[in-house]
Amino acid sequence: MDPAAHPDGGVAVVELADAVAVLGRFPALAGVDLTVGRGEIVLLRGPNGAGKTTLLRLCAGLLPLARGTGTVVGCDLRTQREAVRARVGLLGHANGLYGDLTVRENVEFWGATVGATTHEIDASLERMGLAARLADVGVSRLSAGQKRRTALACLVARRAQLWLLDEPHAGLDAAGRDELDLTLRAAVAAGATVMVASHELERAGSLATRIVDVVAGQVQEPSA
Amino acid sequence: MNDPSPVTGTSGHVATGVWRTARLIAGKDLRIERRSRVIVNQVLPFAALVMVLFAFALDNDDVLLRTAPGLVWLGTIFSLLILVQRSFAVESADGALDALRVAGVNPAGIFLGKSLALAVQLVVLEMLLVALAMVLYQAQLDAMGAVLLVTTIAPATTGLAFVGTLYGGLAAGARGRETLLPLLLFPVVAPVLIGATRATEAAFGAGSAAIDEGWPWVGVLLVFSALFGVGGTLAFGPLIEE
Amino acid sequence: MQSPAGTEAGTEAGTDGRTGNRTTDRHTNGNEDSAHVATTQTPPTASGSAHRAAGSARAGTGTRFTRVLGVLTIAALAVLALFALVLSPPDVVQGESVRILYAHVGTVWVAYLAFIVTAVSSGAYLWKRTSSLTWDRIAGASAEIGVLFMAITLFTGSLWGRITWGTFWVWDARVTTTAFLFVTYVGYLAVRGLGGTHEQRARRSAVVALLAVLEIPLVHFSVRLWRSVHQDASVAGSTDVKLDDEMLFTLLLGTVAFTMMYVWYVLHRQRVLAMEDALDDKGLDLALAERRNEGLEARDMTEGTTR
Repeated sequence: MDPAAHPDGGVAVVELADAVAVLGRFPALAGVDLTVGRGEIVLLRGPNGAGKTTLLRLCAGLLPLARGTGTVVGCDLRTQREAVRARVGLLGHANGLYGDLTVRENVEFWGATVGATTHEIDASLERMGLAARLADVGVSRLSAGQKRRTALACLVARRAQLWLLDEPHAGLDAAGRDELDLTLRAAVAAGATVMVASHELERAGSLATRIVDVVAGQVQEPSA
Repeated sequence: MNDPSPVTGTSGHVATGVWRTARLIAGKDLRIERRSRVIVNQVLPFAALVMVLFAFALDNDDVLLRTAPGLVWLGTIFSLLILVQRSFAVESADGALDALRVAGVNPAGIFLGKSLALAVQLVVLEMLLVALAMVLYQAQLDAMGAVLLVTTIAPATTGLAFVGTLYGGLAAGARGRETLLPLLLFPVVAPVLIGATRATEAAFGAGSAAIDEGWPWVGVLLVFSALFGVGGTLAFGPLIEE
Repeated sequence: MQSPAGTEAGTEAGTDGRTGNRTTDRHTNGNEDSAHVATTQTPPTASGSAHRAAGSARAGTGTRFTRVLGVLTIAALAVLALFALVLSPPDVVQGESVRILYAHVGTVWVAYLAFIVTAVSSGAYLWKRTSSLTWDRIAGASAEIGVLFMAITLFTGSLWGRITWGTFWVWDARVTTTAFLFVTYVGYLAVRGLGGTHEQRARRSAVVALLAVLEIPLVHFSVRLWRSVHQDASVAGSTDVKLDDEMLFTLLLGTVAFTMMYVWYVLHRQRVLAMEDALDDKGLDLALAERRNEGLEARDMTEGTTR
């Protein structure tokens, strides 16, 4: 089953019903009900251990669904996990980059996994402000913020429809964080959907279109 | 940028094709090695050192000459362990193995690509060890022997690369798993050790083995390679899956 | 949650509540009926599947079939001991040491049987149409006892070799392959212990088991080809002995008795594994409930209202 090629605004990008995900024996997600529409920027808010990271990994298709049902970018989380992965980009605490390669080589590699053209690679680098000085620098020599931008460029090159970001602002200075927000809004304008797990509560107003609380493995819309 | 969704094959993986993926990943692994030079700077010297230590332990020129083929392949197998660990350390350093899975890359492609890169590294290693055997242990190689040796190295290397990548994928990542690698890997490489050593004995003419005796062993190595090439391609996906 | 294991093992479900007997047998000297050692845990009463998995209304993994089998096994082992140690004659050449073979041959057979069962069960698990965690548990139980029988095989074989030929070890294909099989099993059990969900464990170990099926024949063949070059002059190289009827009977009886013991063990053990898995699932239910309560409390605290 091929998911919608051009999802319109009404199609849900994420639909979870009573989703349970376990880490070892522990039910990190204890029954999540969540719907995210296309073009939203959802901020996942919650204390450590609440399950934000697990929720993102579940939506990325990395973790199996222990109970409940879920559909991400039109693909069922039980039966079509590979298809989910192909369309989703996850930026976790690690960047998924190869330190010994340059920025351009990393973006080329990840882009090549979906058959991206050189033009698209260049466009991705441009978008992240990496084209000029940094394109041929080894990733291990970049600052945290620059590595983040490189990882995001890889997401762009992979044409990810859903961006899942785990504490992306961590380790960035104020300017870096503003840049990141701009990038995310631009991505959404171009058709992506974003879910961000963050402690950055001040961002709530400026960045997110919607805030969701993650508490003890479950999701609540804040009453305020 | 209203991009169409990535074209996927029936399995749901991005349809970049298994071979293309394999070449992509092999190229990436080899390029990383070219940049970081970990193998060249650390593993090859280790292997050379092992050959020297063998000489200390065996302490007898005749014995060394006779056992030279065995020592070459023993050295190879010990180094294989480190090469495999390195191959997967490159991925887990920054969560890249996860990233490869998230990217929906076909696991068969990952398997073949990493095996290819590992095989290239192994060949370099083996040539070094053969050279050292000739220098340190006085092993000798004539033209026919060289032909046999080359045709031995090919399937032996691919066989080792396949099983190394396969079990390396299983042992990678989670804590307490890396120590599993030798336990799982060494029993499996035994046929390669036996076959490659016997064939190399024939190639060196060591222990009064004639060249002809080596060829059946090349056949054994080919079968091993083929079986684990296919088996690994099928098994790698389920093994690294969470 | 997986379907209960007890009824799928091909046995009748009994309703008797006696706990199953666990015997660990290292000699062929017959079996002391050890005190009823409970090999099971009492499953939480709310979990019906654990009860069904046990195949009885009360705690335990015993059923009528396994009890009958158990008694027959003990009887067979007793008869075996009688024949092996007393009634069968000493060998013309080897003397009394031939008696070790009565243990050895049976355990070799069971060890390889266990290997085959593990491999077939692993395949059955991976095959979409028959996929069920029961196969995984059978594979695991079979491997566990397989390791034990492997160890006994190697030990008794080594002992017999020492007495008969003067060497503890001989590098022929059969012996070496058996040793490799032993190590491979140990690795397989280590992989089973890696953790994760039941499905992850099952899939991972099933793949490893099937790879072992590839590997073992290759090892055997390589070693045989290798040793055919060397003339094993000093060593007989064969366990063939001139058998008279009583010895043959005792050997076959040994094989049958050990096979019965193997089946008995695997049935019990895979039920225990099923119960452990059910306990995990039950544990998950409890943990889920706990975590949801946590959430409710947190919500109540922040909002000061009761839902």
